[in-house]
Amino acid sequence: MEESVHITIIDREGVPHEVDAPLGIGMNMMELSRSMELPVEGTCGGMAMCASCQMYIESEHDLLERNDDEQAMLDEAWHVQDNSRLGCQIPISEQLEGLVVRIAPE
Amino acid sequence: MIRTDILIIGAGPVGLFTVFEAGLLKLRCHLIDALPQPGGQCSEIYPKKPIYDIPGYPEVLAGELIDKLMEQAAPFKPGFTLGESARTIEEDGEGGYIVTTDRGTVHQAPVVAIAGGLGVFTPRKPPISELIDFEEKGVDYIIRDPEKYRDKKVVISGGGDSALDWTYFLANGVAEHVTMIHRSQSFRAHPDSVQKVMDMSQEGKLDLLLDSEVVGLSGNGRLRQLEIKHRSGEQSSLDTEYWMPLFGLTPKLGPIADWGLEIEKNAIKVDTLDYSTNRPGIYAIGDVNTYEGKLKLILCGFHEGTLMVQSAFKRIYPDKKNVLKYTTVQGVQGFD
Ligand SMILES: Cc1cc2nc3c(=O)[nH]c(=O)nc-3n(C[C@H](O)[C@H](O)[C@H](O)COP(=O)(O)OP(=O)(O)OC[C@H]3O[C@@H](n4cnc5c(N)ncnc54)[C@H](O)[C@@H]3O)c2cc1C
Ligand code: FES
Repeated sequence: MEESVHITIIDREGVPHEVDAPLGIGMNMMELSRSMELPVEGTCGGMAMCASCQMYIESEHDLLERNDDEQAMLDEAWHVQDNSRLGCQIPISEQLEGLVVRIAPE
Repeated sequence: MIRTDILIIGAGPVGLFTVFEAGLLKLRCHLIDALPQPGGQCSEIYPKKPIYDIPGYPEVLAGELIDKLMEQAAPFKPGFTLGESARTIEEDGEGGYIVTTDRGTVHQAPVVAIAGGLGVFTPRKPPISELIDFEEKGVDYIIRDPEKYRDKKVVISGGGDSALDWTYFLANGVAEHVTMIHRSQSFRAHPDSVQKVMDMSQEGKLDLLLDSEVVGLSGNGRLRQLEIKHRSGEQSSLDTEYWMPLFGLTPKLGPIADWGLEIEKNAIKVDTLDYSTNRPGIYAIGDVNTYEGKLKLILCGFHEGTLMVQSAFKRIYPDKKNVLKYTTVQGVQGFD
């Protein structure tokens, strides 16, 4: 089994950052971005309560559906698009291999 | 002017526990917080969530922890300036500082402890370019005095508890007319509050516009009209005197960043000997500080506050000797 998946995170300046995200340690996309010191705040600590970790999914990945909390938070956030997700609600898993995300504006 | 021994900026868990530790050394504290209630992130973001890493409490709700910290600090009679944010700091000419809030309240103390966490909680503003022209001229992000809206036409946006609670309150005989606008059909709030607002809308006591959002504002010096976009793509306009976009609060480091303190990654650099900053007499404890190995945990903030007050004591009473006393020996001797 692979121990990491390859993910691309595009920052607010449009610069892509390639990362090997570790599997099996319970990380999510918000935490991954923060660990790379990308400007994702994650103010609520991953409780789907702040939307400061909003990202757009730019690759064709079929992710788990938005849960109710995530949907309700996105209903109140800005710059929301059809491909918007809260990074903290996307666990790093094998399904994310090759994922490309873009960090939403503040 | 409010005078005290240690002026604490930030009434989060770390500021509150520092009152207790300072009290053991017979130092009085006064706390300033931008929020109307004490508790910082614990009260504002996650009051109903359990915390598991507070020593001696296998599990405690964040809100309950704050109640207990308030109880623990009570014998030392802390003062509070709530709902105001500390804006400026000046030297008082006697080695101490004068701190003034955005509402003009002045405080003086020989020692200032910044326990500002992630910063001042400020409203999340929708990205509408005209918004700034109507702030305080019809657009309010925080409802301080509901009487202001008596017999007025008001519109409230947002899908959380505060949007629903104020809608319910103002539509109950306060405002002349209330419209609530929300981007979707579902709310991020207590089901009870949602039901109450739905019922009132059924009874015709308020207008509920779902799947809609405010996208523009207009008026002549004061807010007069909102431009509303509906999910169908259609746009419409609505006359109003007030619009309250209630989309929650988010912390911003704010004025502290301009106080001549060494800042690194949005946090204040401190000496781990006593959590002092580069300005003598100003300390930084809890989430607001940074040093090698820093962990943003309540436990760590408690430790920092405890060490900090020892150094503060020496600064305030350079000639007095302070001997560490266990609370088990004498109990807690509060102030009269
Ligand atoms: C969702 C979530 C879950 C968490 N879970 C845990 C956990 O399980 N265990 C744990 O140890 N930690 C946890 N934390 C972290 C913990 O909440 C923080 O470490 C803690 O709140 C820091 O306390 P503090 O007193 O330093 O700051 P805060 O709690 O941030 O309080 C700072 C206060 O200062 C005020 N303030 C700031 N600037 C000014 C100013 N200029 N004027 C006036 N007031 C000002 C703010 O309004 C705020 O009320 C969690 C955090 C979050 C968001
Ligand atoms: S970290 Fe707050 S919503 Fe994701």
